[in-house]
Amino acid sequence: MSNTIRVGMSEIVVSQTPDLLMTLGLGSCVGVCIYDSLLKIGGMAHVMLPDSSMSKEVTNRGKYADTAVPVLVEKMQQMGALKNRMIVKIAGGAQMFAYSGMDHKMQIGPRNVLAVEKSINSIGLRISGKSVGGNLGRSIYMDLATGEVKVRMLNSPEIIL
Amino acid sequence: MVNKLTPLQLDAIREVGNIGAAHAATVLSQLLNRKVFMTVPQVNILPLAEACDFVGGPEQPMVGVYLRVFGEAPSKILYLFPEDKALFVAGLLINDSEKCRNILGELEVSALKEIGNILTGAYVYAFSNFTGLNMLSSVPALAFDMVGAILNTILADLGEMGDYAVLIETQLTACDLSIDGHFFLVPDPGSLNTILDALGVKNGCQIRSGSECQK
Repeated sequence: MSNTIRVGMSEIVVSQTPDLLMTLGLGSCVGVCIYDSLLKIGGMAHVMLPDSSMSKEVTNRGKYADTAVPVLVEKMQQMGALKNRMIVKIAGGAQMFAYSGMDHKMQIGPRNVLAVEKSINSIGLRISGKSVGGNLGRSIYMDLATGEVKVRMLNSPEIIL
Repeated sequence: MVNKLTPLQLDAIREVGNIGAAHAATVLSQLLNRKVFMTVPQVNILPLAEACDFVGGPEQPMVGVYLRVFGEAPSKILYLFPEDKALFVAGLLINDSEKCRNILGELEVSALKEIGNILTGAYVYAFSNFTGLNMLSSVPALAFDMVGAILNTILADLGEMGDYAVLIETQLTACDLSIDGHFFLVPDPGSLNTILDALGVKNGCQIRSGSECQK
């Protein structure tokens, strides 16, 4: 039986075939999808913020780009996945509200994307597909049987990463 | 901390939300020249992981008008309307019956932002008067997208301070037509304490009667 697992804001979920991981309505947040095609193990993180060093205490490492990516990789490794087989795809980081004089905090989408990319590179992984930026929200569907990552946006054709 | 509000504190927040929303509803009613009803505000305290979930599902397309509130209790204000209702409301304001409004053009966007602006003005004025806190609202921004994405963007920076979001929600409906609008006040982390303090319920009970106090 395949289960469909929702990944909410700041959550990290790792599972295996034939499950389906999805995160619905990503705005400025970034969804990170990592897949091991041999073991058909995949994981998804829903990153909200770029940097944990600004916070007083880090209660949930899934929230920040710099902490969520290593945790996701670690969780997958615990299930037997190997780094050199990992395929990384990211989506999200839109700038939903645009207007002049906006405070710096609202640039959070693009900042999240940069931080996620940096975090992925720093642990020696490469991004093989992405759909980031712009001003539209996204939903991500990741099929752990195939590793296919589908991205849906409002009034736009579906993208397969 | 926010997930441990006492019933008295919740009541106090609801009441101040009620006063603000009542002013906003009056103004909306004058703008649209129709009777407008509102629900008693609901104080939703949600874990961030679930916070984007409750307005008709995260993929529901909605029009969101967003404003920042600056001052002593920085907060965010968000109006959500389904697309057709948003167009209808914009049409009432533009009052141009010749054109059929079925797309969200520049004029409609501008009208909706202005409605957001005016309603927020009324809300913030009443809120500020009642609490004695200095508050000012920013210019409005508008997005038409999946409601999850709108909420997610607005709530993201709350994560910096905690794992919960506090949303004070009021629903607005007009009597002969369903506008189906949702109105949210989202206090920044820390602002909730300021508001509770201004209302005299910071410690969870107004009349300090010892053992009845829940901290």
